Amino acid sequence: MECQECHERPASLHFTQVVNGHKTEVYVCEKCAYDKGYMSQEQDSLSLHNLLSGLFNFDSFQLSDSKSHSASHREPQTLKCDHCGLTYDEFKRVGKFGCANCYKTFDERLNPIFRRVHSGNTIHSGKVPKRKGGQLHVQREMEQKRSELQALIHQEEFEEAAKVRDQIRTLERQLDSEQREGDQ
Amino acid sequence: MSLEQFMNEAISPWLKEEGPDSDIVMSSRIRLARNFDHIPFPILADQEELEQVVEFFKEEYEDYSFGPYKDFEFIHMSKLNPTEKRVLVEKHLISPHLSDHAKHGAALISQNEQVSVMVNEEDHIRVQLYFPGFQLEKALEQASDFDDWLEEKINFAFDEKRGYLTSCPTNVGTGLRASVMMHLPALTITQQMSRLIPAINQLGLVVRGIYGEGSEAIGNIFQISNQITLGKSERDIVDDLKSVVEQLIEQERNARQQIIQQNGIQLEDKIFRSYGVLANSRIIESKEAAKCLSDVRLGIDLGYINSLSKTILNELMILTQPGFLQQYAQQNLSPDERDVRRAALIRERLNLEI
Repeated sequence: MECQECHERPASLHFTQVVNGHKTEVYVCEKCAYDKGYMSQEQDSLSLHNLLSGLFNFDSFQLSDSKSHSASHREPQTLKCDHCGLTYDEFKRVGKFGCANCYKTFDERLNPIFRRVHSGNTIHSGKVPKRKGGQLHVQREMEQKRSELQALIHQEEFEEAAKVRDQIRTLERQLDSEQREGDQ
Repeated sequence: MSLEQFMNEAISPWLKEEGPDSDIVMSSRIRLARNFDHIPFPILADQEELEQVVEFFKEEYEDYSFGPYKDFEFIHMSKLNPTEKRVLVEKHLISPHLSDHAKHGAALISQNEQVSVMVNEEDHIRVQLYFPGFQLEKALEQASDFDDWLEEKINFAFDEKRGYLTSCPTNVGTGLRASVMMHLPALTITQQMSRLIPAINQLGLVVRGIYGEGSEAIGNIFQISNQITLGKSERDIVDDLKSVVEQLIEQERNARQQIIQQNGIQLEDKIFRSYGVLANSRIIESKEAAKCLSDVRLGIDLGYINSLSKTILNELMILTQPGFLQQYAQQNLSPDERDVRRAALIRERLNLEI
């Protein structure tokens, strides 16, 4: 279909306008959409943004999600990051965190957002920085071994299971001594 | 001196090599988003904090090398004119956001242009690593090593539960965006893309045009990337993308064969008409140029055209963008002037080849 304004380029956008119950439809190309004021440049560059902050308007979601902790419910407006000053309302509007500490401040409200954006996931299971992750690496490995152990027991492969159990014990000792070192 | 190279060579050195499956996958990219632990993200950081980040990168990494990525050039965005910034965007070395919106933005680019680190984009650090053709695993491996190297000096914002912390919730966790640039003319001609795109979306992947968010697929080039960054390991993210790309490659190859068998002469006609347009026009818009370049590239891949190399088309795709045309002309050009220049440039390059 060609653009109804310039009759040159193909129409790539479709606008429907309803004024007093009267509906008009136009098919225009991108250039005419800007030139004739159907769409402003600014609006366009923000569209993804709007979409994102739209995603965060999950209040109905949250109501059912947080019936148990009514505390967060009573003062929903005052939540504010004490490191960068971003309030939860601003976060919801802009769709961006202000600093690392925001993640802690808004923590209990983030699961529904992450679930939506990341197909139901809320917990990281990828790379861990070496510097921070000494203990975390060991913990990850232990978790893995434990589920391996469960599977082996289930399959009644007790000899293999005993080996894995010993490996878990070694990891536990390692974690223990690292923690003691860290405390000193 | 190397800024000059970045500006004048349309085709990055790494793109001149031919990677695996390069008849369909033009390039593979890994991007990692990272932030400094105690500094607010660029959106809320003050002047001083942003400058601190820029200075740190200049001090620690300017002229350094990491493995094959030699002599990092450090570039302040404020020192570039709009055309120069546009050229870097067209070469995918920086993002439009860094070029137009970032306060105290900078970039660290290796001589071979394979690695670029954007500083103070939406996050403090955005590492990008490119490989020619379909080499996602290799790119991930190298990006991860590079990340370890940065980590030796930087305390990244990281949380045990949420992973690497980023300004936008869509990047949290791994901070990883893996993507491939694919040339899919046959799937487009046979109108299969409109059916495939929703299916790909359902798998948690995003299909976009060549210049990222919101851009359309000019020249039948599609960028496919992961949407999910949280709750999956880097390896799994890349594996999932890889398996979809493998299927797309196969489908594109089948579609090409199908067209040759059923409409061979029509396809050949279309390809040579486009070649004719490129070789003879005096005025050409970027969209038409991209369409014709896509046809000619397909003609080369299928053996209809033997007199041209594949890289000349990669080169022309970038060289005929507005920024490059103006850089080449050393002046600002109106859209009409650009269309004339573009046509002249394409004719000139095609003649050089024969």
